[in-house]
Amino acid sequence: MTRVDGVALFDGSHARRRDSGRSALAHLTTDLPLLSGEAITKSYGDRVGCVDVSFDVWPGEVLAIVGESGSGKTTLLNVLSTQLTPTSGVIRYRMGCGEMRDVFELNEAERRILMRTEWGFVHQDPREGLRMNVSAGANVGERLMAIGARNYGRIRGAASEWLGRVEIDDDRIDDKPRAFSGGMRQRLQIARNLVSNPRLVFMDEPTGGLDVSVQARLLDLVRGLVSELGLSVIIVTHDLAVARLLSHRIMVMRGGRVVETGLTDQVLDDPSEPYTQLLVSSVLQV
Amino acid sequence: MTISTGYNFAYLDEQTKRMVRRAILKAIATPGYQVPFASREMPMPYGWGTGGVQVTASIIGSDDTLKVIDQGADDTTNAVSIRKFFEKTADVATTTATEDATIIQTRHRIPEMPLSKDQVLVYQVPIPEPLRFLEPRETETRKLHALEEYGLMHVKLYEDIARHGHIATTYAYPVRVDDRYIMDPSPTPKFDNPKMDNSPALQLFGAGREKRIYAIPPYTKVVSLDFEDHPFERTQFDQPCGLCAAEDVYLDEVVLDNEGHRLFACSDSDHCERRRAEGHRGAMLGDAPSYIEGEKQ
Repeated sequence: MTRVDGVALFDGSHARRRDSGRSALAHLTTDLPLLSGEAITKSYGDRVGCVDVSFDVWPGEVLAIVGESGSGKTTLLNVLSTQLTPTSGVIRYRMGCGEMRDVFELNEAERRILMRTEWGFVHQDPREGLRMNVSAGANVGERLMAIGARNYGRIRGAASEWLGRVEIDDDRIDDKPRAFSGGMRQRLQIARNLVSNPRLVFMDEPTGGLDVSVQARLLDLVRGLVSELGLSVIIVTHDLAVARLLSHRIMVMRGGRVVETGLTDQVLDDPSEPYTQLLVSSVLQV
Repeated sequence: MTISTGYNFAYLDEQTKRMVRRAILKAIATPGYQVPFASREMPMPYGWGTGGVQVTASIIGSDDTLKVIDQGADDTTNAVSIRKFFEKTADVATTTATEDATIIQTRHRIPEMPLSKDQVLVYQVPIPEPLRFLEPRETETRKLHALEEYGLMHVKLYEDIARHGHIATTYAYPVRVDDRYIMDPSPTPKFDNPKMDNSPALQLFGAGREKRIYAIPPYTKVVSLDFEDHPFERTQFDQPCGLCAAEDVYLDEVVLDNEGHRLFACSDSDHCERRRAEGHRGAMLGDAPSYIEGEKQ
């Protein structure tokens, strides 16, 4: 019964979203957040991952979580994306039907449907987010096939279109990601996530390990896609420049706790907490 | 009932047979679902049909008639030795004639002659998990089956078309059973896939090394996976059997010499012999002596 519920829930939301195309956000009023965290705590035995984190993400908003290594930002992201179970706290997500639901009260089937339709997850290491032994086209098409697309021509058409949008040449569609450079793999991973028109994308250091010029191109691309598609993004980064370029709001974490939160420009230009001041001042000026 | 070999009837002890039967019943109740079972060591190597033999041993009775085929043929080593195994341990009648058999154990073929509701087809299966080559983790594949997340299977077919221009999978072609489970029909050629659909005979699949049993109950819907614009196609042969002139049967290619001569002959040896006995003559039969034309073992 619950399985049927899950499918029905997905079918309904998806059909509605397809009908309204990219104006998907239009039927959502913005007086309710898309994702809402309440007193999220995750501890690993005696050690803490994150403590008492509360925040809201609104439709179309990009929220950056910044902090140094070990500050709990990746733990928080993994909890939000249901890959880790929080020790305490509640995470609510506004489903396609408009209802706010506790993501940990969804059953596994519903959660997995959510993960491959309305959500996306961009890993730092593209090897974790891609199938390395199937072609780029199949990587992009997988989500479509998972939600029932059974027309090869259309799947390939969509894959080709998305490769174009992330600036991968069409003649690479049958190459495996192994043959791609790091930057291309990352762009492929983004295409693979966005092909299902998600509403919320989690990104874990998407520019980590890329050289600076490739980073700049990727950021440019992500920024364009986010505004074009009206995506909500929660991005974890240690790089303040990435946060500055992409995000509307910023959350600074230290030792598992949020020390400062606010509009990105405000926090970065005029940090009020000593730790944030330290973080901002330790960026190398070229 | 002890046969002169000193073994229990049909080799396995009664407790083991009950265990296997329970797995079989569960498999029949959930068509296409792989039921784990405590597979036993058999007096044959893995890969020679240890799963199929255990299934056969568990369902066979003294009044059954057994036929064993290996790639369609009754006369290859594997088929002959399994037949002898049951002659010795269960003292059952054996046959090569498809219509006379009540149990047919097979490796990689379904007989050309349509099966009846009184027959059981037992498949020997090497790798029961259709998602295995795409997802190596058993925990994950079980979850995918449980949640009906089968997009991955189409990823494989997509790759086929992207690389070869058509679905190049010709054997172990995945099917969906009863609109629910995706199943690997064991390495039967895809030519045989349509025969699984709505078959009056019970079909049981045993994988000894992987310790899984699954089943297609009689009259169950079995659909080969495909894309709307690349539909499933049965293998076509551009010539009839060289020995019995049969069309619309599955043919084996036999290399005859170093000059590139080939014989395409029925893979179902019983079917071929029967047709030759009825007087059908293939192009390659030529002036062969009459005893070959309708030869029966």
